[in-house]
Amino acid sequence: MSVKSAPATPYTARDYKSDVKPVWCPGCGDYTVLSSISKALAELALPPEDVAIISGIGCSSRIPAYLNTYGFHGVHGRSLALATGLKLSRPDLTVLVTGGDGDGFSIGGNHFLHACRRNVDMTYIVMDNRVYGMTKGQPSPTTEPDWDSALSPGGTGLRPFNPLVIALASGANFIARGFSGDPNGTAKLITEAIQAPGFSFVEVLSPCVTFRPDQRDWKKIVRPSPVDPTEDIGRAARRLMTDDGFNLGVLYTGKREPFRLAEHHGESDMTGLEQQFVI
Amino acid sequence: MIDRIKINSVADLLAHVKAMETEAMERYQDLAEQMDVHHNSETAALFRKMADVEALHVEKILERAEGIELPHIAPWEYQWGDSDTPEAVSAEHTHYLMTPYHALQLALRAEQRAFDFFDQIVRRSEPGVIHELASELRDEEFHHVGLIEAWLEKTGKPDEDWDEDPDPPALQE
Amino acid sequence: MVDSRKYENSVSIAITGSGGAGVITAGTMLLKAAAKAGWYGLFTRSSGPQIRGGEAAAMVRLDRQPVAAPGENFDILIAIDWHNIERFAVELPLNQHSLVIADPSQGDVPDVIADSGARILEIPLKELAKKIKKGRQNMIALGVLRALIGLNEDIVDQVMVHLLAKREESALIASRDAVVLGGQAVEHAGLAMAQQEVPADGSDRWLISGNEAAGLGALRGGIRFVAAYPITPATELLEWMAPNLKKVGGALVQAEDELASINMIIGASYGGIPALTATSGPGLALMTESFGLAVASEVPIVVVDVMRGGPSTGIPTKSEQSDLNIALFGLHGDAPHLVVAPNSVSDCVFTTQWAVSLAEATQTPTIVLSDQLLGQAKAIIDPPADLAFVTKRATSATVDESFRRYALSGSGVSSMSIPGTAGGQYTADGLEHDESGLPSSQVKDHVAQLDKRADKLDGFDFGDHWATIEGDSPLAIISWGSTTATVREALARLEKQGRHFKLIAPRLLAPARPLEMAAALEGVERAISIELSHSAQFYRYLKGYFEISCPVQSYHRPGPLPFRTNELCEVIMNWSAS
Repeated sequence: MSVKSAPATPYTARDYKSDVKPVWCPGCGDYTVLSSISKALAELALPPEDVAIISGIGCSSRIPAYLNTYGFHGVHGRSLALATGLKLSRPDLTVLVTGGDGDGFSIGGNHFLHACRRNVDMTYIVMDNRVYGMTKGQPSPTTEPDWDSALSPGGTGLRPFNPLVIALASGANFIARGFSGDPNGTAKLITEAIQAPGFSFVEVLSPCVTFRPDQRDWKKIVRPSPVDPTEDIGRAARRLMTDDGFNLGVLYTGKREPFRLAEHHGESDMTGLEQQFVI
Repeated sequence: MIDRIKINSVADLLAHVKAMETEAMERYQDLAEQMDVHHNSETAALFRKMADVEALHVEKILERAEGIELPHIAPWEYQWGDSDTPEAVSAEHTHYLMTPYHALQLALRAEQRAFDFFDQIVRRSEPGVIHELASELRDEEFHHVGLIEAWLEKTGKPDEDWDEDPDPPALQE
Repeated sequence: MVDSRKYENSVSIAITGSGGAGVITAGTMLLKAAAKAGWYGLFTRSSGPQIRGGEAAAMVRLDRQPVAAPGENFDILIAIDWHNIERFAVELPLNQHSLVIADPSQGDVPDVIADSGARILEIPLKELAKKIKKGRQNMIALGVLRALIGLNEDIVDQVMVHLLAKREESALIASRDAVVLGGQAVEHAGLAMAQQEVPADGSDRWLISGNEAAGLGALRGGIRFVAAYPITPATELLEWMAPNLKKVGGALVQAEDELASINMIIGASYGGIPALTATSGPGLALMTESFGLAVASEVPIVVVDVMRGGPSTGIPTKSEQSDLNIALFGLHGDAPHLVVAPNSVSDCVFTTQWAVSLAEATQTPTIVLSDQLLGQAKAIIDPPADLAFVTKRATSATVDESFRRYALSGSGVSSMSIPGTAGGQYTADGLEHDESGLPSSQVKDHVAQLDKRADKLDGFDFGDHWATIEGDSPLAIISWGSTTATVREALARLEKQGRHFKLIAPRLLAPARPLEMAAALEGVERAISIELSHSAQFYRYLKGYFEISCPVQSYHRPGPLPFRTNELCEVIMNWSAS
């Protein structure tokens, strides 16, 4: 049995990288995610001009500038709404949304719920490092309750947000977890996420070397999920509720129809429309 | 550990080598750029040198592969046991204050992983074209490992406080 | 003795009642019948906070000439009951020339009404309604009104048939009988007016609300994507757009909140589709951060703010002009943008269309300041002229190496590459950026881009649309938005008395146009600004941003009551005499 070969693609990962040099700290997991996204786009042979990357605010939200696709670096927490408006009006584009755990699950929490619910065809990649990195190290919604910081001395004492469970409950059609220490595996997940119809959510554990050096240990803890992805929402719910946060791979694939606007049937006459006001 | 590798043709093997060398080169380029951005010119220069060396390797492998149609393999379908390309330096162990010594240590490990990869193929393959090619490549990597070890000997060890930075992190947005 | 001939050219009618009396239905039928009969008019309403069954007032102002202002005293008030009438009393000014029709079974006419000196006519609406199977008091009332103002019976019938088409036939029969009974009661009182001829006019006048008009203007201007989050009093605009957008190939999506709706329209516009949303004060406050994003990234969007009583939750069902400050100054940073305001229900069509055109031409987000008085009023108007201007934004279908999204140019407007255009890729950003769009904190880039975003507005030719300027006099009234309609009516009345004033009513509020204002004020010795704002926001804007050399006074008060024609006549007379 020979090595699996894939359809040739006219693009290499390099073709998607812009000239802008990332300013992330060396050692940051986001470098790998950037590379994984490029590999995925190359594998799917998507012309860069037909791809749009939407982000919010945070270290990982800087990604759009580092790729030579179209992009929008918007305000904190609202990237999913912006991406929704774009994708619904331009269904021909491939839309990716990137950001961190703070941008996505704190200020962005409400939009996250509704994006999963709405199930518009797009891929949301969250680089989860369980900290607010850009603002120098405050707890985020996924931070462990006992993590000490200047803003919350002794830890928040709050149970961490569980984005995968929320995504499942809200209607996301594809749920996966990756790890930046596994670049090719992450590339595969992102490729599958883009191909999956509807709202695809990929959480990528992406250690922050500057504010969470303890996350160096993650590579010892993560493991491929011991079970195959499921289409059964009940089973997925049980698994995700008891998941320890370190199972990698595709965890759930749904069968929901993606939401799209009705086909435009061309311009119709405005005069016809104005008749409704005539007495 | 690599426990099963399925490479059944010269074309397959060459495709793997090409991917390995290319990714190794690109990884060194990226790291050189990261060091540039963080004003670590010494280590940037070293990574750049390594990238140039890898570039030569890429050239060589392209020559070797001339006339042979290489299969296109998706990034995750390569037969690396670990999921990252063996010869590419592991980016997670970098640091903005890292010294050339650190860089060479990472490079050494990368070359060792490359060696291990070809070694596995040699051990598991029957005598033949693949076996021969893999042996050749393994020998080359062995040579590279030696070069880097020598280089390391000549390179100054980092001071104990190499990662000390009196300034706190800067706010960005 | 009531002289019914005075209803020949104009009449203001109010119908009040509660607990499901159906006054709004009756008022709407009256309006539609009057429209068909050749009247112009304006219909407004007021109600208690209950979702159902609360007290309500339907206010119908009819005139042979177009009317845009709420008017003043009511000629006829017909009360089905008196529950909570104190809530409305101040909105229903009456005087000794008014006629109040009261149902004796509802008790004495409350003092607050009787004290006006109006004539009281008792008609037992409830008793009459009971005479008919499924009879309703509001239909008796409709019959009363029909007879009082001489509205053609056939037309009233036509309207009833149409509006009750979806109900069982018994409802129509009952309504018809009730209208007849109501009319008979008026005849008995000797107050029936002869039925008027329906003019063979045939002109296609429109019946439309300000919110619908703004929606129509948006479609005419090219809007094809709307994100919506409901809020009083803007919801009807969005609900009108939902099906009507579809008819022209567009779409509306309901968002989870205002933060989502403004970001959705930014996304759609970034993708090349002109986009709009509508909200009120509280929603605009939420949207300001992202509005600034549209300024910084030069993405055109239109946000209609149908103003209501503020601050905070304020008075949601009433009008005010107190969102001027947030519209002008609500963005952090130096963020020049466009603010326009329609000055009548009819003008909502033009001004919204213009707003879309301006936004697209300058790639700048635009606020349209409408208000509850315009938005929720239904007016009978002449069809607005179809000024078919749809301005296309500057885009590049093909780009080469030299393309820079935010390239500095003479006008300040740079070509936008729409996603899908090969070679035109860029990342739009809220961060300050260089000509390519790459984030920059360099002084030269910040200055250059700030200049660009300001110049493209300051240098734009807004033409005559920037303001409505009428009359010639050394005395000038300056107003904006819905207030202008009442000012105009007051000035028309004063004109008949031989007093001349100049009216300057800006439609474009931002950027400020001091040169144009100075030109408009040439020859003016004194001016007064009139606005519905407790803190005189417009007056302070004039003082701060327009170098006005002549003395300016301010007449300002807050909502919830709209300006009345007689009120402004008095104000203007006193001011001009002082």
